[in-house]
Amino acid sequence: MSKSILINLLRFVVLVFIQVFLLKNVSLYNLSTPYLYILFILLLPFDIPNWLLFPIAFITGLTIDAFYDTPGLHAAASVVLAFVRILFIGITVQKDGFDNEPEPTLSNMGLRWFFTYILTLTLVHHFFVFSMESFNLAGIQYTIGRFLLSSAFTIILILISGLIFFRRKERK
Amino acid sequence: MRNLWRFISNYNAFFLFLIFEIASLVIYIKNNSYPRAEFINSANNVAGGFYEKVNGLYAYLSLKDVNDSLARENAHLRNLLKTSYYVDTVTRQKVSDTVYNQQYEYIVARVINNSVNKTNNYLTINKGSKQGIATGMGVICSKGIVGKVIFVSDHFALVQSLLHKDSQFSAMLASTKEIGSIAWGEDMDPHKAVLKEVSNNAQPKLGEWVVTSGYSLFPEGIPIGKISSLRIKGGGYSLNMGVALSVDFSKLEYVNVVYNKFAKEQDALEARQKKDE
Repeated sequence: MSKSILINLLRFVVLVFIQVFLLKNVSLYNLSTPYLYILFILLLPFDIPNWLLFPIAFITGLTIDAFYDTPGLHAAASVVLAFVRILFIGITVQKDGFDNEPEPTLSNMGLRWFFTYILTLTLVHHFFVFSMESFNLAGIQYTIGRFLLSSAFTIILILISGLIFFRRKERK
Repeated sequence: MRNLWRFISNYNAFFLFLIFEIASLVIYIKNNSYPRAEFINSANNVAGGFYEKVNGLYAYLSLKDVNDSLARENAHLRNLLKTSYYVDTVTRQKVSDTVYNQQYEYIVARVINNSVNKTNNYLTINKGSKQGIATGMGVICSKGIVGKVIFVSDHFALVQSLLHKDSQFSAMLASTKEIGSIAWGEDMDPHKAVLKEVSNNAQPKLGEWVVTSGYSLFPEGIPIGKISSLRIKGGGYSLNMGVALSVDFSKLEYVNVVYNKFAKEQDALEARQKKDE
């Protein structure tokens, strides 16, 4: 249990660090801006209680907001993400499988499930972020373009990171 | 109470979601002036859009009244316009032509109706017999000759433009004073005329001015146009040449009616000669 806390804490720090100091400066044609930090919320253990998941998501979002100067935006999006995560896991995963696979990672759940998982949750999160950010219908094509391209970017990054950790686990 | 508690704990994800989502949104909207302004704005957009639609509907219903009032206002404004007043004052300019010992008077008139694209073009001017205009007077403008008066009413006169099949005026080459007569060209171009019946001895040059000869209604030397082409349809004993008119008939606004004081006398004399024949 304490090992899980430690891993997640480390993951939080690393992902926020990457997000804020690396990916914040990465932007393809000002259209595609990845939000890799959601991986932290995605990879929280299956058995995390809801009363803990929501505060963690909220705080993660607020941390990102503090660096992005958008108070509340990523917090709101992360809370939405947490809610969708609960729904998705409730539909697709049986409760008795929690003991074997504590975390929804690529190596634990397989590519098919994992890809569906990150695709759904990333799309929801990014849609929320970009629609809240622009907050009007005037530049709707631009907003949708940013949403789709950024989602693709984020999903690719998450898959790459999943593959990296997948290999390391196999080696162990 | 227990049921309520069970209900909340069963759907704890949703309630937690609500709590944290509302908290984040409050933070977001409080801290961003842009979405706050947008909230009010979009609300206004919705309300404004509805108002506009309803207003558009009402506008149709009141079209008749609006039309009436606009028509009335138009008429009222038109009454105030300067052009709706008939100008009574007549300006006459006297020109002493000592060489020919003739005296011409010019009456300023405004063109109120005009055409250039028919076979026979006329223009109407806003001066008539009360201002001293009579049939047969020549009409010129600042750039050249325009035509001659053919009908006169009390306040208006009809002018047969140079752009008319029957219009023919005496003209001459400005440099050599070779006499010919100017008429509208066959191709009905409002910018072109033909100088006919010039003697074969004449040696016209391209670009040379063609002016009035003083033998007809106009004083001598009123410009008509420049020679634009030589020897079009040469007719035996005489030369024909194309003339680019200096007057743009489509843009006529003010014209001068030429009053030849000795016209009557001349006519009487020439009429007697005709009678003799």
